[in-house]
Amino acid sequence: MMHIRDLSDLELADRLAQGLDLQTGPFIFHIQSRERSVYSGLRRLYADFPVGEEAVRDFHVRVHRPANLRRWYHPQVIFEHDLVSPFKPLPANHAFAALEWGMNWCIAGYAHHYLTLHAAVLERNGRAVMLPGEPGAGKSTLTAALSLSGWRLLTDETALVDLDTGVLWPMARPVNLKNSSIDIIQAFSREAVFGDKAFDTHKGTVAHLKPSTETVLRMNEPCRIGWVVFPRWQADSPARLTRRPRADTFVFAAENSFNYSVMGETGFRALEGLIREAECFDFRYGRLEDALATFERLSA
Amino acid sequence: MNTAFQRLLTSLRQPESMLGLSESEWDALLRHSRSAGLLSRLALDMQASQGEDNLPDRVRRHMRGATYIAERQIRAVRWEVHKVHQALEHMDMPIVLLKGAAYVMADLPPARGRLFGDIDLLVPREHLDDVEMQLITNGWHGTHRDAYDQCYYREWMHEIPPMTHITRGSTLDVHHNILPLTARLKPQAKDLFTSIVPIPSYRNLYRLGNADLVLHSATHLFHEGEWGHGLRDLVDLDALLRHFGTDSGFLETLAARADTMDLRIPLNYALHFSQTLLGTPIGDDKTPARVPRLAHSLIHHMFIQGFASAHPDMSAPVARLVLLLLYIRSHWLRMPLHHLLPHLFHKTLARSKTEKE
Repeated sequence: MMHIRDLSDLELADRLAQGLDLQTGPFIFHIQSRERSVYSGLRRLYADFPVGEEAVRDFHVRVHRPANLRRWYHPQVIFEHDLVSPFKPLPANHAFAALEWGMNWCIAGYAHHYLTLHAAVLERNGRAVMLPGEPGAGKSTLTAALSLSGWRLLTDETALVDLDTGVLWPMARPVNLKNSSIDIIQAFSREAVFGDKAFDTHKGTVAHLKPSTETVLRMNEPCRIGWVVFPRWQADSPARLTRRPRADTFVFAAENSFNYSVMGETGFRALEGLIREAECFDFRYGRLEDALATFERLSA
Repeated sequence: MNTAFQRLLTSLRQPESMLGLSESEWDALLRHSRSAGLLSRLALDMQASQGEDNLPDRVRRHMRGATYIAERQIRAVRWEVHKVHQALEHMDMPIVLLKGAAYVMADLPPARGRLFGDIDLLVPREHLDDVEMQLITNGWHGTHRDAYDQCYYREWMHEIPPMTHITRGSTLDVHHNILPLTARLKPQAKDLFTSIVPIPSYRNLYRLGNADLVLHSATHLFHEGEWGHGLRDLVDLDALLRHFGTDSGFLETLAARADTMDLRIPLNYALHFSQTLLGTPIGDDKTPARVPRLAHSLIHHMFIQGFASAHPDMSAPVARLVLLLLYIRSHWLRMPLHHLLPHLFHKTLARSKTEKE
């Protein structure tokens, strides 16, 4: 099997211009772009990912310049999935971030063979913890720190719940960090490898953290859920884990699902099974070290 | 006609042909049918022929997702119609569902696997103000608030500006006729109300009569300026014609009705393209289709281009030019030149303004 790291610089650029098949967990993206930042993002962050080898691809996406003055003047890029461009044009140096957001958009909009939830998922000792995303709660920071501390990253953004078996499927894609989280994680671990920062996006400064080689190697290995933890960072708070009612967790997860309303009864059953299987907690913390110790005890 | 478009047509006509596709043919068909809004329909056809087990894994997964979307769409339409009915049922007038909503509520074949946009209603013009008021009271609010658009809809069009529900976000188009007041063809709305058919167990709720369903679908399609849904609309027509066509006298009734309603031209186009592209069985002797000979070849090729336009690789300059011509044609049919030129001028201006913002 061929990986991105096996391609020479020229081959990678050439494949990207023609359309590169990138496999990330269960999905194959056919990516076409001549943008420098897409090239370097894939080169640095997706080195361990296999190049897809099947003729049927899930999504055909392009990141390209518009056919007007903005091709040259304050250049912009457009993300496009088949004939659909879900976002307004972005500055050209945000091209890699646009690709990442666009890939998330494809999965949220079309991957209805899973129940998709807005949450991060990591694994330790064969069981998964799901961290649902309350914006600003510090989900991504915690996810990044855990992934650099012996937890296997399945996803930082979209949990894929199997409709038949209830297992969670990995995608192993880079963790998207924003603003001060980037510095926190850089200070947290020397092993952290980041892509180029994109400044002044609608989310502020963003950068992506490279997933570990082991994470990517095991990206076809699903995992059963163990815990649902709602993290909330609070300055100076001691780490404290408290039970959260399952019914309440169910409702939150349903409201934060990308396709719960599409799936009807199938979605209800899948989510009900998932939450029933999990222990559910609220979690407050002030220091990452304390949080990691708590998660260590949880998974022991 | 390009291969991918041809393959999509073949798949619609003969679902079992999909079982013989190679993986790379599937890759193209998935994309094309999804862009055309027809993947769910293909997925249900595949389910019905029980061929799913023989599909490549990745195809089967997307087909499965598409069937969930199809089911979801039907649920959503039923719920939305239920809410509209709640808001309007007490008014002493017929509420006539059009297009998708009618197919769903009357359990007609085009509903199967169809994707829906807005809910479309037809009400008698004299009740229009009351209907609008009732809808506003029940949470719908008007869009297109600027003075030009208001005037455009209320003076010239066959509908009031689209209304959006404040919490559900769904869009409702309230019509009082099936073509703009300014259009060249002049079907009379009062004639439509003479043959409406009740929707079971909903008071005052109706659909158009059988022949009028076909005529409206045809009229809509061949006056359309945006062709993204063109093929899907033709698939509707094909399903209606196959369904009602089992009744031996239907085509004659349809032709006679088209003459009464001044809708012979769009009907002819509908029969011609439905037969050509989707193989709709229409006996040749009965075919009332007389597409004007001179226009035939040019218009024929332009429409084919239109039907193929949802294809993801559709970017050739010629194709774009044809789509522009079809867009202009639709407006030409919808309003006389002294309305049309100022209107297109205004729209171009408005568009460049929003692009600047």
